[in-house]
Amino acid sequence: MGSIKDKVAIIGMGCTKFGERWDAGPEDLMVEAFTEAIEDAGIEPKDIEAAWCGTQFTEVNQGVSGLPMAEALKLPFIAVTHVENMCASGSESLRGACYAVASGACDIAMALGVEKLKDIGYGGLPDMALGASGKKDTLFSPNLTAPGAFAMLATRYFARYGLSPEVGKEMLAKVSSKSHHNGAMCEKAHLRREVTVEQIMNAPIIAWPLGLFDCCGVSDGSAVAIVVRADMAKKFRSDPVYVKALQIAGSSGEEVMYTDYDGTHVETTTRAAARAYEEAGIKNPREEISMAEVHDCFSITEAVTMEDLQFSPRGKVKEDIDAGRFNLDGEQPIQTDGGLKCFGHPIGASGLRMMYEEYKQLQGKCGPRQVKNPKYGMTHNLGGFPSRCVISTFIVGL
Amino acid sequence: MVGIKSCGAYIPRYRLDRNIIYAAMGWLNPATYMAGEKAVANYDEDSISMAVNAGMNCLKGVDRSTIDGVYFGSISLPYKERQNAGIIATALDLRPDITTADFAGSTKSGTSALIAACNAIKAGAARNILVCASDCRVPKSGSAQEESYGDGAAAVLLGEGDVIADFQGAYSVSYDFVDKWMADTDKFEHVWEDRWIRDEAYNKFIPESISGLAKKCSLNPRDVAKACYPCLYLRDHATIGKRLGIEPAQIQAHMLDTLGDSGTAYSLILLVAALEDASPKDNIVVASFGSGSDALLFQATEKVGGMKGKRKEVKGYLASKNSLTSYEKYATFRNLIPADKGIRAESVAWEQKTLAWRYRRGLLALVGSKCKKCGTPQFPAQRVCVNPDCKAIDEMEDYRFSAKKGLLFTYTEDRLAFSINPPAIYGMVRFEGGGSSLFDLTDCESGSVTVDMAVEMSFRRKFADEARGTYSYFWKAVPEQV
Repeated sequence: MGSIKDKVAIIGMGCTKFGERWDAGPEDLMVEAFTEAIEDAGIEPKDIEAAWCGTQFTEVNQGVSGLPMAEALKLPFIAVTHVENMCASGSESLRGACYAVASGACDIAMALGVEKLKDIGYGGLPDMALGASGKKDTLFSPNLTAPGAFAMLATRYFARYGLSPEVGKEMLAKVSSKSHHNGAMCEKAHLRREVTVEQIMNAPIIAWPLGLFDCCGVSDGSAVAIVVRADMAKKFRSDPVYVKALQIAGSSGEEVMYTDYDGTHVETTTRAAARAYEEAGIKNPREEISMAEVHDCFSITEAVTMEDLQFSPRGKVKEDIDAGRFNLDGEQPIQTDGGLKCFGHPIGASGLRMMYEEYKQLQGKCGPRQVKNPKYGMTHNLGGFPSRCVISTFIVGL
Repeated sequence: MVGIKSCGAYIPRYRLDRNIIYAAMGWLNPATYMAGEKAVANYDEDSISMAVNAGMNCLKGVDRSTIDGVYFGSISLPYKERQNAGIIATALDLRPDITTADFAGSTKSGTSALIAACNAIKAGAARNILVCASDCRVPKSGSAQEESYGDGAAAVLLGEGDVIADFQGAYSVSYDFVDKWMADTDKFEHVWEDRWIRDEAYNKFIPESISGLAKKCSLNPRDVAKACYPCLYLRDHATIGKRLGIEPAQIQAHMLDTLGDSGTAYSLILLVAALEDASPKDNIVVASFGSGSDALLFQATEKVGGMKGKRKEVKGYLASKNSLTSYEKYATFRNLIPADKGIRAESVAWEQKTLAWRYRRGLLALVGSKCKKCGTPQFPAQRVCVNPDCKAIDEMEDYRFSAKKGLLFTYTEDRLAFSINPPAIYGMVRFEGGGSSLFDLTDCESGSVTVDMAVEMSFRRKFADEARGTYSYFWKAVPEQV
């Protein structure tokens, strides 16, 4: 298996305030994140040799191709590319930039993610019928929404492990409550209010068994990473963050169409994570990964992801949640910035927002949210639905 | 011997108590009151979808490759141009080299289709013809028709040889009697005075056709086991029997107070119900009403009891029902109330005709594929086998899922997705014998669905794109009805 371990370093990052940015278009968001990133990296825009832009819903956004980004940022006739892998689009743009410098094709590359979701006129993500699924899928598939697709993971999880709706919902409520606690401390987060387990359990149902607070914020935002060849990194700063592993796995169709799938895990996460651990040389993820930003689009996703990433034994995540393992003061803090749940989820920006948090944590810049002496941070970015998705995982360290 | 080889009805799951209609709209026309309840199509049903489901019921155990035609009778055809019978034939996964035709314009078109089918088979032009009759009529709010009309469908397979009822003959009368009419631009039907319809047409045309049939076939009224004719007026329904010299017990129970006046389907549903209870040698008369009347005589054979237990009977449909508890919900389902559906509901995907044509067998007939190498059924049809240990390329054969039962592997009740009957309930269905896919669930209520519940497939209207005049059809899962 090939590897880019320690070949790429992140030397600068930027992230906008996430939220309902009625004041800002996608171009404004891109400029905001870009400005912070190049200042953080100490480079000039002209130093960037190639740039990737991750966005999913281009049709309600800045449009297709890398040009809207190039024009908004006035990138000087460099290689620009738009990438899309659903909610993992931000990680996909970072992959493009990482591979560019790892291959030696570029010295300095940029990954940008952006999504302007609040121009569609209704809550939630743009309807599938708008074109997120293929035209054939639209005819065959139920008109499902993201909460509905992930709710089916919870329904089966509860049934398999014999959790009553009350017990299951309480487990999930603890996941969200923890993220609200962290998000409240994070200035750039979309949702910054503490919410109790009781409030979460009593919230209106969005897609049974998931209620309002089981669902992440639907936000506008952008995030940017500047990456360089690892051997150059120290020229730019004393604390660059190195990529230890970068692995992506996409569904093969088995989970939906073949009856072996148990419906209580995400196969792509288990595959991508196993490869990432191999690449980074990690033997015991539960002990060695200091912290992680995972794709908690819904509370159930985070819970199941803890098992898929081998942080919790299969079927036992409830014990770890109950024990507070993933809290900020727990043994393995998860979503230290509030996660998708509270920081928000501007689709194309989310993968890079996760990396922004791991980068800042490794550099010790997270104030009240700071994790003590983190060694390895991990991001887990999911695009699609549990039974049909792309998973992108990064492991980073100093 | 030409006659009926199989038959089956379809009655939608929902009932509307007429008191609910009257409570909502009776203030407008106080004389419209009727007793009982009526069957109402769910929001995702229409005459085509109900006809397909009746056809599925009728064709249980039937070799579909021997069917040479589909005739469809209805006066609530979803499409004016695009043959409705063709959609039904495709959904039932019949051969393409068959004759299909819509019979329309009058509520007698179902019996006219029966006669045409019998004649074609007699003439040797076809071996087996499936006749479907179905109506899902939308009368004006507050009208007498809104009280009386019910929705339903029936399918009758006619053929030669092994019949359950032998076709003895037919007799028709045709009159341009304008009791009800719709011009090409009308959304609702127009109705002339009821008393005139009753006295000058209903009480005359049916007796005329049945008498003509009796004379033609030398049938003594005493020898009629069941006379099946629609009930538009309770008292006169009985009077017609008297006029024909038959006793009340010889008249097939009318179901006006349970199903309602199901239009074109009415006579055929009565025929199906009569056959379900028939004994060998029973003479069954079926007659229709509308622009005149058709009457047909069938005689049950020794095989008539052979259908028992294989198909869902009319009695079963009438017994398994859910009540719609509000008139407003019914009126919204039928698009009588311009309800606020939200901007999300406006995101209707354009059904690309090229694509719908290419995948027609998957979309309309629920035909997927089965790997010849490893035997794995899969839906939609695949070129590369989904079994991770097989992955054979282009080793597939067709595999039809529409009659397969399944278990609901997981599900959700989604209140964010647009549905005119929220929550949108959908889940993953695992089919008996293999195969798995995501499907909408319908005919079930919030809170009634459970993991591993038994489901079966039902043909439904998936969405209506009013701007582009398109109804898209697909299959949904419904709780298995036993």
